[in-house]
Amino acid sequence: MIRRIFCALAGLALLAAPASAADPVKIGMITTLSGGGSGLGIDIRDGFRLAIDQEGGTLGGHAVELIVEDDARKPDKARQIADRMVERDRVDVMTGIVWSNLAIAVVPKVVRDGVFYVSPNAGPSLLAGKGCHENYFNVAWQNDNLHEAVGQYVKDEGYESAFVLAPNYPAGHDAIAGFKRYYDGEIAGEVYTKLGQLDYAAEIAQIRAAEPDAVFFFLPGGMGISFIKQYDQSGLRESVPLFGPAFSFDQTILGAVGDAALGVVNSSQWSQDIDNVANEAFVADFKEAYGRLPSLYASQGYDAARLIASALKATGGQVKDDMDAFREALRAADFQSVRGDFAFGANHHPVQDIYMREVVKQDGVLTNRITAKAFEDHKDAYVDECRM
Amino acid sequence: MLLILEQTLNGLQLGVMLFLMAAGLTLICGIMSFINLAHGSLYMVGAYVAATVAQATGSFLLGVCAALPAAGLVAMALEWSALGRLYDRDHLDQVLATFGLILFFNELVKIVWGAQPIFLDTPAWLSGSVEIVPGVPYSTYRLAIIVVGLAVALGLYLLIARTRVGMLIRAGASNRRMVSALGVDIKRLYTLIFGLGAMLAALAGVMAGPIYAVQVGMGENILILAFVVIVVGGIGSVRGALVAALLVGLVDTLGRAFLPTLLQLAFDPATANGVGASLASMTIYIFMAAILAWRPQGLFPAHG
Repeated sequence: MIRRIFCALAGLALLAAPASAADPVKIGMITTLSGGGSGLGIDIRDGFRLAIDQEGGTLGGHAVELIVEDDARKPDKARQIADRMVERDRVDVMTGIVWSNLAIAVVPKVVRDGVFYVSPNAGPSLLAGKGCHENYFNVAWQNDNLHEAVGQYVKDEGYESAFVLAPNYPAGHDAIAGFKRYYDGEIAGEVYTKLGQLDYAAEIAQIRAAEPDAVFFFLPGGMGISFIKQYDQSGLRESVPLFGPAFSFDQTILGAVGDAALGVVNSSQWSQDIDNVANEAFVADFKEAYGRLPSLYASQGYDAARLIASALKATGGQVKDDMDAFREALRAADFQSVRGDFAFGANHHPVQDIYMREVVKQDGVLTNRITAKAFEDHKDAYVDECRM
Repeated sequence: MLLILEQTLNGLQLGVMLFLMAAGLTLICGIMSFINLAHGSLYMVGAYVAATVAQATGSFLLGVCAALPAAGLVAMALEWSALGRLYDRDHLDQVLATFGLILFFNELVKIVWGAQPIFLDTPAWLSGSVEIVPGVPYSTYRLAIIVVGLAVALGLYLLIARTRVGMLIRAGASNRRMVSALGVDIKRLYTLIFGLGAMLAALAGVMAGPIYAVQVGMGENILILAFVVIVVGGIGSVRGALVAALLVGLVDTLGRAFLPTLLQLAFDPATANGVGASLASMTIYIFMAAILAWRPQGLFPAHG
């Protein structure tokens, strides 16, 4: 009897004991480090790590333990890793996923399990609208944002007809929908290509025949590289300009596209020439640490870490013991984003400026320069569907 | 009308590219009865070596000259160290082992060249376009691909039909034991075929470099199409591979180009676009199924 009471007391004592402040905050990062698209995950990881290294192994003054695992771009694998991180490693915060289909497989479950998730890239409409959750924050964008910006810009520039092109999968249809949400000119042609398609000769011939004023395309990864090179070789680029989101003009990709990308205008919420102190430090430190220019993805990984740092600082390193406080601290977004002004909307997605950039050559290296601002304090289209 | 002509050329060009890839695959598959999923890795190695050399020297031709022997050497080393042991095993073992090699090569390329895609430019003397008929400019580089591919087809035909090595290859395909009983070193012959196939794959990779993305895993996409080609053409038949590659290239390109437009005659534009896009990505598989229903051995079966 006495032993039983003792045990119960001990249990109670354990429950009541606050996590010692010296315990590092555990951050689980699931991202793509091998196979196709691994360049993106590697940059997110390196950007995130840079923020930790800049603080000497802490975030917001609190020790953190970063657990990185490779999902190889497979939803089932990401799901397994997430289960392990939640059950065994007992992580406090998760981040890292690059692809929307993986995010949809992982995020709803982990946020229900009481883990915070900060997305450094994927922003599917489901998680911004009907499927939003109080523990889910997206520090990058809602997927449609950059496409909407291109639509707005192409309209503002007075192009009367546009040919639109995207892969035949959900994100491709979202991209075209996002573009059309703000572009009200004539759609000269709308083509959905096979995912992973290599050759775009047939589509380019269609564009030539349709004689549009502009071309909007969303072809992430290798598809975009192939398309831009082939479009350049077709000689159409002089008469029909290309427009697209930043993905095909990012630092990870430009080197492989070469001069075919020169002068193309693309949309992005970040660029290495955004003029603020945080961005200057980020670009310089990233170059020094990794010997290459940072990409959009690196900036998002970095911002994710800095957002978490700001929240840890505000709560004194508490995450699970006072989830409401940590959530409020995240929502406040009290950090210097490398893209300048940053705030969260009601659905925990960014309200931010979106720029148009032009691909230029600087010291022999292709990179982007901001030429215009497409949106000021832009909100996503799904915020009203979100009921938290 | 001009559009149809241009799209037909596009289809031919894609077909020729597929042929370069499929020719080696069909030789290895049909004659050595070996399923080599790592064929796409050799394509990738070719593109990477060519890109590196071309960037260092500024010459595309030097890149080609470096890539072909490099891929040949890699293939022969591979054959000697790993694949040679698998010839007598069943197909499942071969598929598993060569699938492992795909992963191995992808990681190796990532370690050597990094995860980011790299750049291979069109040689200056092949950039730009020519007007094949007035009003239809066509990329010079794509025309060059067609020429190179057809030249390779001719060369392969001469090699297999007219030379002693070709005779041995054909004999080895029909009866391996008998050939070795006659004093021919069949192992060396296989190594030779494997190297030849690898060089063809590397050539395809080099030719693809300036128009497609040079990146880790670039071989897998085209490998699937190459398998469709050799199955349609009849496994082991180079002639079959040529005809099937051109057919697959044409069916794919024309399907993509005209199906959505044709469907618009029957449906409203939104439905036509959606259905057309889905159907277009299926056309070559439907085509393959139709051919196989009609001729289960493929168009030109290699063995009687």
